[in-house]
Amino acid sequence: MSVEQEQTERTIRCLVAKVGLDGHDRGAHVIARALRDAGFEVIYSGLHRAPDEVVQAAVQEDVDVVGISILSGAHNTLVPKILDGLKEYDAFDDRLILVGGIVPDDDQEELRGQGVDEIFGPGASMEEMIDYIHENAPER
Amino acid sequence: MSDLVADLLAGKHSALARVITKIENRSPGYREVISDLHQHTGTADVIGVTGSPGAGKSTLVDKVAATYRERGLTVGVIAIDPSSPFSGGAVLGDRIRMASNAGDMDMFFRSMSARGSLGGLSTATTDAVTALDAFGKDKIIVETVGAGQNEVDIVRTADTVAVLVPPGSGDDVQMLKAGILEIGDVFVVNKADLDGADRTVQQLREMLQGQSGRPNSGHHGATELAGDHGDASTDDADAVDDEPETWDPPIVETVANRGDGVEDFLNALATHGEYLDRTGRREGQARERFAAEIRTLLREDANELLVDELDRRGGIEQYVDAVIERHTDPYTVVDEVLSPLRECLDDPGDGS
Repeated sequence: MSVEQEQTERTIRCLVAKVGLDGHDRGAHVIARALRDAGFEVIYSGLHRAPDEVVQAAVQEDVDVVGISILSGAHNTLVPKILDGLKEYDAFDDRLILVGGIVPDDDQEELRGQGVDEIFGPGASMEEMIDYIHENAPER
Repeated sequence: MSDLVADLLAGKHSALARVITKIENRSPGYREVISDLHQHTGTADVIGVTGSPGAGKSTLVDKVAATYRERGLTVGVIAIDPSSPFSGGAVLGDRIRMASNAGDMDMFFRSMSARGSLGGLSTATTDAVTALDAFGKDKIIVETVGAGQNEVDIVRTADTVAVLVPPGSGDDVQMLKAGILEIGDVFVVNKADLDGADRTVQQLREMLQGQSGRPNSGHHGATELAGDHGDASTDDADAVDDEPETWDPPIVETVANRGDGVEDFLNALATHGEYLDRTGRREGQARERFAAEIRTLLREDANELLVDELDRRGGIEQYVDAVIERHTDPYTVVDEVLSPLRECLDDPGDGS
């Protein structure tokens, strides 16, 4: 069986995670549904997760995509912790790390430098995100 | 042995997760992985938890897992959710309830989706349990919605099966009659602080007693016949008796979100475990399970061979055409397709 064939058959698994003291999960719910309707398997973390819980979920569920939703502005503190945890458990390299929320341009630069693959801000469309995942989901 | 298997046996969490992914996807090489892992299994205690949606399975499993962890045991949980029959996608939400074990890596929680093909799911579940067992988990919990034969098959992976019933579900209890009741080793009335809990316990008790004389004892289609003492309560179950010892499923009341009754539930599970060991039923169940697994794999693999053979012969459509034209009939077609296989197997001089 060719790798390509396997890729098309494989079900992509996504984690949608809400980290820290941020109670806004409307967007996360909408995204979880949209990803489901796109044929992905979505694991939703629930609200107020600590970074190590997100790491635990991402490792154990062996997701292809780690989607971190932060609307509280604490991304500079929380995202690096998640990235470090993923590296610690050898679960960083073959995973797509996405951040959704309100991230100022300067911070975006920094997060990308730390290993975040893409950042989706206000106004990003579902199609954009789903296409991005289809194109960039890691080969395993 | 592959690196993946070596990493799993060495206790690497990401390797365990990747093995389960391979199992789910049936990726090339997954069979070899399971084969390599098999010899390292047999130490885990497997508990199945089933019940209608909203019965509180995930919340109870969370508390149970936390209690085991306090006792120094390692835990693996497999939670199975339905997938959308339209998109194939799924939102797997059981993880939300896992609040008591947040960040604890030795509590391995994995969500699995039914992925539309329920038949294959029981095989995948069995293999995932194999992976967790080989990893060295002391307790493995398989959690699934109890809605029909396929779930019953999944739950058969377990040594002990717990069935959750929410209170005030008179009709649900009626529904339970139809299958789930026979496989329960322990019954749990969760949300026991709600109105109607007592009534539900009462209904369950009547129904279980009404089953006295069923060919029960363990579960999973036990072979020995229950004695005439089906009304005997658990208290005098150890009365001196030549009859094979039978198991009367206890009913436990819990309020899972507060943690009430969790100890009682664990005691009931432990008591059933002792019963399985004492009567040799644990071994019997393992034998039945492996027999069923071999049969299933044989059927699936033989089926695949036949699909290939049909393709080689030009696909099924031409046979259908011939049958519709009344040139032949389905039985003749099957005989024709199978005849080379039959000759192969009947010829003792060849390849034996």
